[in-house]
Amino acid sequence: MAALKTVELKLPASTEDLRALEIGTVVYLTGRLFTAREGVYKRAIEDGAGMPAANVDLGTANFHCSPAATIEPDGRFNVGAVTATASFRFAKWLDGWFKLSGCNIIIGKGGMTSEIYRDVFVPNNAIYLTTVGYGTGALLGRGIRDVPGVYWRQELGLAQAVWVLDVERFGPFIVESDLDGASLFERENAKIAPGLARLYEGTKPATLRRYGETDDKADEVI
Amino acid sequence: MIPLSTIQSTAESLMAKAAIEIPEDYLGGLRACANTETGDLSSFVIQAMLENYEAAKEDRRAMCGDTGVPRWYVKYGNEARPEGGPVAVERALRQATASATRSVPLRPNRVHPLWRTDHDNNVGINAPEIEYAFHPDAEWIDLTTVHKGGLFGSDYRMLFPGDGMQGIRRFFLDTLVGFGKRGLACQPAIVGIGLGGSKDACMVLGKQASCLRTVGSRNPDPKIAAMEEEFRELGNSIGMGAMGFMGSSMVVACNIEVGYCHTGGMPMSVHMFCLSSRRATARIHGDGRVEYRTDPEWFTPYSRRETVAWGEPVSVAAE
Repeated sequence: MAALKTVELKLPASTEDLRALEIGTVVYLTGRLFTAREGVYKRAIEDGAGMPAANVDLGTANFHCSPAATIEPDGRFNVGAVTATASFRFAKWLDGWFKLSGCNIIIGKGGMTSEIYRDVFVPNNAIYLTTVGYGTGALLGRGIRDVPGVYWRQELGLAQAVWVLDVERFGPFIVESDLDGASLFERENAKIAPGLARLYEGTKPATLRRYGETDDKADEVI
Repeated sequence: MIPLSTIQSTAESLMAKAAIEIPEDYLGGLRACANTETGDLSSFVIQAMLENYEAAKEDRRAMCGDTGVPRWYVKYGNEARPEGGPVAVERALRQATASATRSVPLRPNRVHPLWRTDHDNNVGINAPEIEYAFHPDAEWIDLTTVHKGGLFGSDYRMLFPGDGMQGIRRFFLDTLVGFGKRGLACQPAIVGIGLGGSKDACMVLGKQASCLRTVGSRNPDPKIAAMEEEFRELGNSIGMGAMGFMGSSMVVACNIEVGYCHTGGMPMSVHMFCLSSRRATARIHGDGRVEYRTDPEWFTPYSRRETVAWGEPVSVAAE
């Protein structure tokens, strides 16, 4: 089994740092990042609340994640495991989000379509890192050194709040999209697609159909 | 009389065990996948998961950050007498869910579907789900918790007898191909198939087949057992591995459960229990002793009984 290329990346990452990353590369992160998902996007962008804190306090890498964590009565944070949630549902907010947040790395589960990468990520010099598994929650939990802040905890609840994480050799992740907007998942889908027809040989669509479906098995459901 | 305090403390232990410890049967199945996987990326993913299970056990932290939507399966021996009765047991399970969410910690995933109200403790209206079953000639209570992710990898379809085995095969492939891409189903998975029942029962059977039967178990009907093996191989021949990368690791096991259905239909459901197949069981005996295990032993000859009463011979239609 060929070993995969592995890169240690410091956060915040420059455009030059990101240009060196090819899809399929394994990445470990050191520095500051923060969690934000639909609750934060809706509040920051649609409700006009803006960012909960300055760039320097949050970092510029956005993790689509809710940690398995709790806040102790004395205010300490107890973070156990962290893994990502599926990112494709958040695509509609991302253009506004990049401009508002200044982020250039999105970390999540499963990536987005290459169309979104080309239209939204590439103009903002941003890439997508996918978590591995999913999910290596305990390994990622081990990489967290400190929780310097939690924002919007009252407004959004523990799961949707913004958790700022200082991390060291936090990973593994895999580069899913590069600065040109290529997608690793779509490359893999394309390799798998030619074999699908053989699997379906001898079957026919179900007697009772459904509205609005594709019957092309090379398509995706996202 | 089984003390209520034993029920609640056992339930809290089960919540932690399910979240932290990968069951041995799934681990063995995944290692078998790893041994035959040839895709570089898919192999890397499985190795990372194997390391992750070790990290979770060593640190006593949840193996996955999405700790799913915790739920309970309770099986009462016919002679079991819990202190306070079934209402008190239900309260203890709800309290254990809330307490463990804080102590493990688990992610507080449960929110109101419309208002998104979050109690930060995985308890709310109709949550956690608690399902019940019964067992003859026993004074124990079996508690099983399952923490299953909630978003992808399950589907239901009303098929008809005319769709036949090829229709079943096609819907199985549709579900695996659709949710396998990008690894939305978090495969390699224990795939559960529900066949028959009414629509809701079909979903319940399939989910129980994936979550409550171990890797290596077999349906007692030899022809269904053969289908389980055939579908496992079919799923692994898609060309897809972990995270939807090229490979052969899609299905760790395929478990099929059936229920009698409407004569005109053949409803089918498919469910995938993920890389963090979280389940833990405890038997609380009548004298208060507690034994932990990872096989829920949910499906039994009694639970699959074919006729009116338990212990009667099955009547043959030709007679």
